Order: sequence, then C-alpha cells, then structure tokens
Amino acid sequence: MSEDGEIGPLVLAFLALSLVSVGGGIAVLPEMHRLVVEQHGWMDSLAFAKRFALAQAAPGPNIMVVGLIGWHVAGATGMFAAMLAMCGPTSLLAYAVARLRQRDLPWLRLVERGLVPIAVGLIAASGLLLAKGTVEEATLALPLAAACTVFVWRSSRSPLWVLVAGALYGALLL
Amino acid sequence: MTPSRTQLFLAYLRIGLTGFGGVNAWARQLLVEKKGWLTDQQYAEALGVGQVLPGPNALNCAINIGTRFHGAAGAALAGIGLFAGPMAVLLGVAALYDRYGQIPLVRAVLTGIAAAAAGMVLGTAIKMAIKLRPTPMLTATGLLALVLALLRVPLPLVLLGLAPLGIWAARRAAR
Repeated sequence: MSEDGEIGPLVLAFLALSLVSVGGGIAVLPEMHRLVVEQHGWMDSLAFAKRFALAQAAPGPNIMVVGLIGWHVAGATGMFAAMLAMCGPTSLLAYAVARLRQRDLPWLRLVERGLVPIAVGLIAASGLLLAKGTVEEATLALPLAAACTVFVWRSSRSPLWVLVAGALYGALLL
Repeated sequence: MTPSRTQLFLAYLRIGLTGFGGVNAWARQLLVEKKGWLTDQQYAEALGVGQVLPGPNALNCAINIGTRFHGAAGAALAGIGLFAGPMAVLLGVAALYDRYGQIPLVRAVLTGIAAAAAGMVLGTAIKMAIKLRPTPMLTATGLLALVLALLRVPLPLVLLGLAPLGIWAARRAAR
C-alpha cells in the first residue's frame, strides 16, 4: 500500500472519472481500468478485476468498487476520499435536475421518455458483459446466469434467493 | 402514495444493504413491486435520468426519487441511506479480502454470486422492457443501445447518437 501522498492524485482521478461516468458504474469500467492500472499503476489488471468481483458480491451500488480501489491505495482514508470524489459533485448536479423535473416541463418529460429505452438497453448490456466475465472465469457459470435471468424475469420473489443460490452453486460446482 | 421521510430513509438503507450485484434491481423491486410508491414508468424515468447524468446511476436515481417525495431533505436521506450500509460493510470486506481473498472456496463462491448477479441484472432489464410496452421505434432505440454498448462504443457517443432518436420516437408515441 502507498502512503498519504497518493490521496491527492486519487481524488483528482475519481473526480475526473465521475464527470464522464455517464451510464453508471459498470459502463465506465474500461475507463476506470485505464486510469487505475495504466495511468497511475496503483494495481495490476488481475487485482483490478478481483476487486470488481468483490464489489459485485458485496451489497451496495456497483460504484463501491471505487471504495475498494481507494482502500488499496490509501486505506480507510483513501476509501472515503475516493467515494466522495466520485459521488459528491455529480450528486449536486443530479439534485439540480431533480428540481427541474418537479416543474413538470413537457419537453423534459419527452426527453425522459426517449431516454428510458436507452437506459433499459444499457442495463441489459451490463448484465451480458458481467455474465461474460464470470463465464470466462468458469464455464459452468453460464447455466447459472441463464437460470437466474429467467427466475428474476418470471417471478416477483426477492432477488436475494438468486444470490444465495449463486453462492451455493459456486461453492459446490465452480 | 407518499412515504414519510423515515420510510424513505429506511427503504434506501434496506436497498443499499440488500443490494447485491448492484442496487437497481432491488430498488425497483422494493419501490415499485412491494411498496407501490412509484409505477414502473415513473421508476424507469427516474433511472433513465440517473443514467444519462454523470455519476453513479443508482445514487442519481435515489436523489431523483428522494427529491420527488421530500425535496432536498429527501435527496439527502435517500443518498445517505443508500451508501451508509454498504460503506460500513465495505470497510470490513476490504480488510477480510486482504487476508482471505486467495482461498479457492472464497473465489468459487464469489464467482457464483457474480454470475447470479449478472442474471439478475439481465432479468430486470427484460422485465422492465416488457412492462413498459414500448412502441416499435422505442424498442429499436433500446436494442441499438444494447448492441452499441456490447460493441464497446464509448458511452458519451452512444448517448449523443441515440438520445435524439429516442426523443423523436417518444414524440411520435405521444401523438
């Protein structure tokens, strides 16, 4: 682990990343990889991939991977600094837009309706990219991912069952 | 139906803590299916705005929904609720992972959870697509977004290219 001298670059890196992070945590993964691994050399590719899997397995938004990278670079301080840099400024923007939405402007409603299918398409793409990553790690993950897709699609039971099943399946077969 | 401030905070605390594999699937399940505070369309719109703005989309979406019910206080409560639990868990997880991350059983379980989470994300997308009952043009916009994202076209480009198409399709659908 590095010392406190890395906090400045860490904050700057995630501030910059947050401003281009349209589409959410999974969508900016390639750009995050470029910053963390190639530009700053904070960790290698494998370590990066494992931290992403860990953030996936832990509860919370996908963006928690940023906290894990911060932890790796500068401990608990790094974790909070990186998360604040990633979430702070964009939160203010999101709030400003949320206020605008409350005025019920017709053009804004239209823009939103047009963006909905794009959002859904991007979510589907994230699911497929994540599934691809796990299948590369273990081929037997494919039937699991497919079964979980159908379960969540067809039933309204809590998705927690899906993850419990995934953990058991992993322990027994992967 | 409008939740109280406490209900809103507790709901997001729960979404954060149960939100394995990304919180959007869980947020939709709780806010739309269980509590009935939002319709599918309203949730999808809040999420769409959250995705188009820069920043973590789950947080943007939470701020949007929080503001809708309780203004600035609602935004803060939803956002803090969303992150409070996961940050506490993450501190523990990071420390444990440094020590035990290399054990084969831990790796296998993590891979299993990751695969299940991927299915969850995909299943939620299918569910949303069906419930929204989009027109053919809106469906095409969504499929194009899917394909371009899979081809790893940079996201700002995907949005610049498809947003006009989506808005045009939405205008036609509104007539």
